Amino acid sequence: MAILRRILVLIPLTWLIVTLAFFLVRVAPGGPFDKERKSSSPQVEAAIKRKYHLDESLGSQYLRFLGLKWERTENGTLQRAEGGLIAGDFGLSLKYRNHSVSDIILQGLPVSLILGWLAFGFALGIGVPLGVFGAVRARGWVGGASAIVAIAMVCVPGFVIGPALVLVAGLKLGWFPVGLWGGPMHAVLPMVTLGLYFSGRVARLAREGMMQALQSEFIRTARAKGVSEFSVVVRHAFRLAIMPVVSYSGPMLADLLTGSFVVENIFQIPGIGVFLVNASLSRDYPMVVGLVLLYAVLLLVLNLIVDLAYGVLDPRVSHE
Amino acid sequence: MLLVSPNAPGTSPGAFCVSRATASAALALTFLLALVFVVGTGCTPRKPADLVIHNTSEPETIDPHVLTGQPDGRIGSALFEGLTRFNPETGRAIPGLAERWEVSADGRVYTFHLRPKIAFSTGEPISADDFVWSWNRAVDPLTAADYAGFYFYIRNGRAISNWTNGPAGRPTLGIRAVDPRTVEVTLENPTPFFPDLCAMRIMTVVPRFAVERYGDQWVRHSPLPCSGPYQLVSWRPNDRIRLKKNPLYWDAANVPSETIDVLSGDSPSTALNLFLTGEIDFIVDKTVIPTDLADTLKQRPEFHPYNYLGNYFVRFNCTRKPLDDARVRRALSLVIDKRRLVDRITRMGERPADALVPPGMEGYEGARGLGRNALDARTPAEFDAAMAANVVEAKRLLAEAGFPEGRGFPRLSYMFNAGGGGGARMHEQIGIEMQAMLQRHLGIAIDMRPVEYKTYLMEMSQRNYDICRGSWIGDYSDPTTFLDMFQSDNGNNRTGWRNAKYDTLLERAAATPDTRERARLLLEAETLLVRDEAPIMPLHYYVGMFAYDPERVGGIYPNLTDEHPFSAIYRKPRALKTAAAAGAAPATRK
Repeated sequence: MAILRRILVLIPLTWLIVTLAFFLVRVAPGGPFDKERKSSSPQVEAAIKRKYHLDESLGSQYLRFLGLKWERTENGTLQRAEGGLIAGDFGLSLKYRNHSVSDIILQGLPVSLILGWLAFGFALGIGVPLGVFGAVRARGWVGGASAIVAIAMVCVPGFVIGPALVLVAGLKLGWFPVGLWGGPMHAVLPMVTLGLYFSGRVARLAREGMMQALQSEFIRTARAKGVSEFSVVVRHAFRLAIMPVVSYSGPMLADLLTGSFVVENIFQIPGIGVFLVNASLSRDYPMVVGLVLLYAVLLLVLNLIVDLAYGVLDPRVSHE
Repeated sequence: MLLVSPNAPGTSPGAFCVSRATASAALALTFLLALVFVVGTGCTPRKPADLVIHNTSEPETIDPHVLTGQPDGRIGSALFEGLTRFNPETGRAIPGLAERWEVSADGRVYTFHLRPKIAFSTGEPISADDFVWSWNRAVDPLTAADYAGFYFYIRNGRAISNWTNGPAGRPTLGIRAVDPRTVEVTLENPTPFFPDLCAMRIMTVVPRFAVERYGDQWVRHSPLPCSGPYQLVSWRPNDRIRLKKNPLYWDAANVPSETIDVLSGDSPSTALNLFLTGEIDFIVDKTVIPTDLADTLKQRPEFHPYNYLGNYFVRFNCTRKPLDDARVRRALSLVIDKRRLVDRITRMGERPADALVPPGMEGYEGARGLGRNALDARTPAEFDAAMAANVVEAKRLLAEAGFPEGRGFPRLSYMFNAGGGGGARMHEQIGIEMQAMLQRHLGIAIDMRPVEYKTYLMEMSQRNYDICRGSWIGDYSDPTTFLDMFQSDNGNNRTGWRNAKYDTLLERAAATPDTRERARLLLEAETLLVRDEAPIMPLHYYVGMFAYDPERVGGIYPNLTDEHPFSAIYRKPRALKTAAAAGAAPATRK
């Protein structure tokens, strides 16, 4: 029941976010059809606005966006305007006028999803062992080195690491393609660029979690019982140590799956990360709202999943 | 994926087996699954295209009547053709779907003769009626074509575009089908560059049957009926457009590349990397060539700078004090060292500008604007002397306008669009240089006002600025493509400068059939604009840059109108062979 309630809360929350996005993007100065060169006549300008309903009042545009706008047809009957959110339709992109928002998302999202998953795997696959190992060997130089590596990964931004990787692994050594999207080889450099920062975050969380876990009472008990150190770490401490990583995984995954402007731009990858930034710069209202909705839903759902995973990993957490 | 070191104290090999390492196993599984997913979806074999072109930004639309951007236009020209088309070498009009035409003695009536048996890529024949319908569609305000202004040269074009009274009584456009293969066009005024206009995207022929059936989104329906040398195979936003030769195109035999991939992307360094690793044959636009590297790249044989019809200038807001005084505007213009700006900042080999119309237009010599003496200087000593004289003159003008030595001059701001890449950084650097020059020579202080692009456009349109950056790319090879912009009521003027004499000169030029008299009137108008009134300060004429290896790729020519039809470009045979070999074994890299 509690879970159902949480799912139901998501609906008004999503609506609130989308509504905010709808109005905020329209507050920004300028409009989607402002260009360096003016339309040839005011009639043309007016026709464009009418085509995309930008000549209507904000309230009317909002109703139309939701799909709750009723209009009189030519023969006088009242009819709901086509499309709208309730029909799952965001309309046409105002920048890329031959594509609907859903069309662009459907073409770009799979690419961002694949890349995001890869980077997620990379972040956990590198971060967790690095952090855990660093915590177990905290006293030696190994622990120190792993901590420094983790900090370095967090500190070096993607727009530095990406070009560096391209220069070395792409241009100098010729191991990987320097850009575009095609085969698995194309995914390697973007995955590392995208995942490296998160590996560092995960390593630091795992390290702290493990350090704390190793100081718990039950670990002392386990050690007193004569359980092997390996078993202490893997069977007993790990489950507790991984909790911060699990709770971080939700937002991390949402962040990774929705694409990254920097990485997609550096490698010229047709994901949706590029669209998210460009849409707001070009005042592509429907596109901004559609992508915000996507991001919001992903974030909310992933957070929900994380909360549920908590319960599975730690029996002390209850959902009632 | 080991979670702990195998030699951790007290580790027994058995303890690490299967039992509780579920977490790590799940991680590994996630990782693997994703990898399999990628291999599965990403690896769809794609036959490499005969030619790969980097076309800068993603096209906003490929409807030839509606499109406005240059990347869009290049695709538009590949897919659709009009009565004429662009000569790849000169960028001027040559016969397209019309094989020849005649002009009446008064220069107002053009009769075009269509080629026999021309058809859309889907097989439907193209007749004179299709042209009549297509042009009427483009000029109709409901089509919302931003560039409908090209039709204003045709009789009633302007009236139709401005028509607000419903269909009844609306004038008809000056085009008619004399017979299925003859189109007669009547113009408002003699227009010597009219054949050039006919090659424009907005004057191409589009398939009536598809537009009527599918409406605005007709270009998204497959197969798309095309009238140009290519047809559309696929279009993936922000990735690539795949084009295939249109076998029904009248000149298909002379279209060298069977398939072309047209890539979209905004990052200059990525484009350069792709070019250097051989993934791209041709970068068509300098916006994706890193300006920071201009000095180095210019030395290499693959990078080809060329002049084209573009002007980078500064707008003065002529409705604000003290810029409403022409003396002040001229004073500010005189002290700017434009050579320094092109040598230090833009660095592609731009020519500093004193006029609006770029040099090189046939039959037009171009105006001599402010500070021409400095630009003509041949030695550094001559240059210094000219600049010194200009500074003296500027101080005199400023004193005359009531600001001796710059005293009492209000603090003005220079607005430009900032953020969003290399070009915008250049705007700022130019602003800072000008700031220093004005301060040094005239004691005038201006502030930098960087704004985001859309804000820049809005503020400029509403004249919420003192001084701002501007630029213009000419559409066709005639001075009016630049001069029309500063007519009092032109929407692109944006300076608030209104000059009845200027307007009259342009109107008289438009009505003059004598080309020499016309050129003289235009020159007079331009001189008034850039020398006497100076609502703008020209800084430099644009330079374009291509990237292609002349050993590998052919069919690319520099030209003033910056038109480089894809249908002329090809990979040279040796290069084609190498590409085929690379295609057969995808692992090998070129």
